[in-house]
Amino acid sequence: MGQIEWAMWANEQALASGLILITGGIVATAGRFTQWYFGAYSIVAGVFVCLLEYPRGKRKKGSTMERWGQKYMTSVVKLFGPLTRNYYVRAVLHLLLSVPAGFLLATILGTACLAIASGIYLLAAVRGEQWTPIEPKPRERPQIGGTIKQPPSNPPPRPPAEARKKPSEEEEATAAGGSPGGPQANPIPVTDEVV
Amino acid sequence: MGNWVVNHWFSVLFLAVWLGLNVFLFVDAFLKYETADRYYYTRKILGSTLACARASALCLNFNSMLILLPVCRSLLSFLRGTCSFCSRTLRKQLDHNLTFHKLVAYMICLHTAIHIIAHLFNFDRYSRSRQATDGSLVSILSSLSHDETKGGSWLNPIQFRNMTVEYVTFTSIAGLTGVIMTIALILMVTSATEFIRRSYFEVFWYTHHLFIFYILGLGIHGIGGIVRGQTEESINEGHPHKCAEYFEMWNNHDCRCRRPEFEGQPPESWKWILAPVILYICERILRFYRSQQKVVITKVVMHPSKVLELQMNKRGFSMEVGQYIFVNCPSISPLEWHPFTLTSAPEEDFFSIHIRAAGDWTENLIRAFEQQYSPIPRIEVDGPFGTASEDVFQYEVAVLVGAGIGVTPFASILKSIWYKFQCADHNLKTKKIYFYWICRETGAFSWFNDLLTSLEKEMEELGKVGFLNYRLFLTGWDSNIVGHAALNFDKATDILTGLKQKTSFGRPMWDNEFSTIATSHPKSVVGVFLCGPQTLAKSLRKCCHRYSSLDPRKVQFYFNKENF
Repeated sequence: MGQIEWAMWANEQALASGLILITGGIVATAGRFTQWYFGAYSIVAGVFVCLLEYPRGKRKKGSTMERWGQKYMTSVVKLFGPLTRNYYVRAVLHLLLSVPAGFLLATILGTACLAIASGIYLLAAVRGEQWTPIEPKPRERPQIGGTIKQPPSNPPPRPPAEARKKPSEEEEATAAGGSPGGPQANPIPVTDEVV
Repeated sequence: MGNWVVNHWFSVLFLAVWLGLNVFLFVDAFLKYETADRYYYTRKILGSTLACARASALCLNFNSMLILLPVCRSLLSFLRGTCSFCSRTLRKQLDHNLTFHKLVAYMICLHTAIHIIAHLFNFDRYSRSRQATDGSLVSILSSLSHDETKGGSWLNPIQFRNMTVEYVTFTSIAGLTGVIMTIALILMVTSATEFIRRSYFEVFWYTHHLFIFYILGLGIHGIGGIVRGQTEESINEGHPHKCAEYFEMWNNHDCRCRRPEFEGQPPESWKWILAPVILYICERILRFYRSQQKVVITKVVMHPSKVLELQMNKRGFSMEVGQYIFVNCPSISPLEWHPFTLTSAPEEDFFSIHIRAAGDWTENLIRAFEQQYSPIPRIEVDGPFGTASEDVFQYEVAVLVGAGIGVTPFASILKSIWYKFQCADHNLKTKKIYFYWICRETGAFSWFNDLLTSLEKEMEELGKVGFLNYRLFLTGWDSNIVGHAALNFDKATDILTGLKQKTSFGRPMWDNEFSTIATSHPKSVVGVFLCGPQTLAKSLRKCCHRYSSLDPRKVQFYFNKENF
């Protein structure tokens, strides 16, 4: 289990806890239960936790699947620098946020789940994990014609002038009915078809 | 659309029946608690949320019964085996067991939410009526004593005025087990998301065992009898419809109506979950028993690109093509079991698996086997379990697509074909196989190359060159490789693999492939088998629908996917 990044699971757990806090808070407020103002707090705390936890951090190894539309929240969360990068801060923050919701039965489930998430974040922090934002990859402009290879600009190396002269003399000789020989011996007479 | 229906009608029917049962149970229980005379007084305090909570409780019982069944692998394999005369469609349904397990889990989560919300309202109303001092019906009902000696049979579980709902929750069995069950459920769900499961399998595997707490909690959740209804004799003495309005006079001796008496509902969850729990316990015992049998490792081969091949023997082990086994290595991790496809053929006298380094456990295993001087670690094996690949030989024409390490089940199939041709087995229903192997780099699967080369040779010798038609696709290519390939264009064998069939670069164009196959086999049933990523499954499924003709006598493509 050496390579598990606990923060990833803590993130899922905290996101779920946020949703549970919101739901419990709505039920308590709508039903006007006794001490329903804790429910109102729970809704606010739940929304805050959800917004904070929505952008998934980058995994150390391998590729990370982004949540849909998370780049907007990533830029906001990034702004807080070490406060959001450090998981100790998150662990303490979640623990503190979960406490007031524990006074109401409707939201106590959210408290328990958020407290568990806080515990997992503590474990992640102890193991030195950090939240790194997933940066959008800079779009490489497709270079038009970048892969087209230009034809060589220099002619291929040719033998020195003397050697070059010989075939033309031979051609004159064969044209005049001479014997084949020299560098190129064509079994069948070759005609140059280029106009 | 027509093709989709033809291929999926059984799944749709199954899901419709399941959803229908859920709706029926919910509505039935809801109406029962809304209208029954037994609960007349209870409803006076609680209102409709009583019926809501009970209806969702019934659905929770139903779904908790169903959730354990799809993960009884041995049972499913057994059904698959005995149902060989069943139609293909029925057996394909068993491949979707994990999908069904997830759907049932979602339904459990939904009903848990409904149940908890309803009970929150219930507790709040009980609390308010306990605190009410206005002498109303609800306050009189709530004051019915808990004291057994006075013959009191109470209705309101909140005994004293200063008892908070939190206190009652955590001191009653129902409340405490409810909280424990819900927390276990939430932890199971958050660790089972696709992302966590694929990246950190161990977290998912260990946390999911919290289901034990869920099942135990469910069994004893109803013991306290908090849901109270009026007793039979109490109703006979004074029917609520008549007596409810005279509640102020219940204490008078000359009133015909007596104080109503209530009794708790006996727990019924255990009746729903007993059978599946027993089945699941048998399943785990069977898995444990099978794993204890001795596994002898006959050969260990380290292939390039960190692929380890293990050839093993186990008494009484028999397999079919394309099955998989679960492997455990106690010296690495005593409790983890990981699935691997068998790459050997049933005709061989050993069974083998190829393991690629893909995470903690696999890397540790490969490292343990690489040690030259320490003894070979002990291995436990459970299985084999059947999957879709078993059906390959039922089709006249089979299209096998393996992506990356997904080529392993097809190794088993192709080896089996090799042996069948060796023994001149003419009963083979399969007449033609199209095999597509898509991988990023060939180095990882050089072990598979040897198999393909020997198959090529054998086909040539037997004059059956047309039987196996395979194409290799290299998706991780660069201009260097292409340059080499272009230069060696005239060579008879491919420079990368040494096979007669040239490697293609990039991904296959499935439309072309499928239309060629459809035109060459206009009247056959073609089975398409894939072991690979989801995106590829989507495109293949689409092509299967597009190229299957609506006429059932003409070419039909059936899609089968392995899932782990």
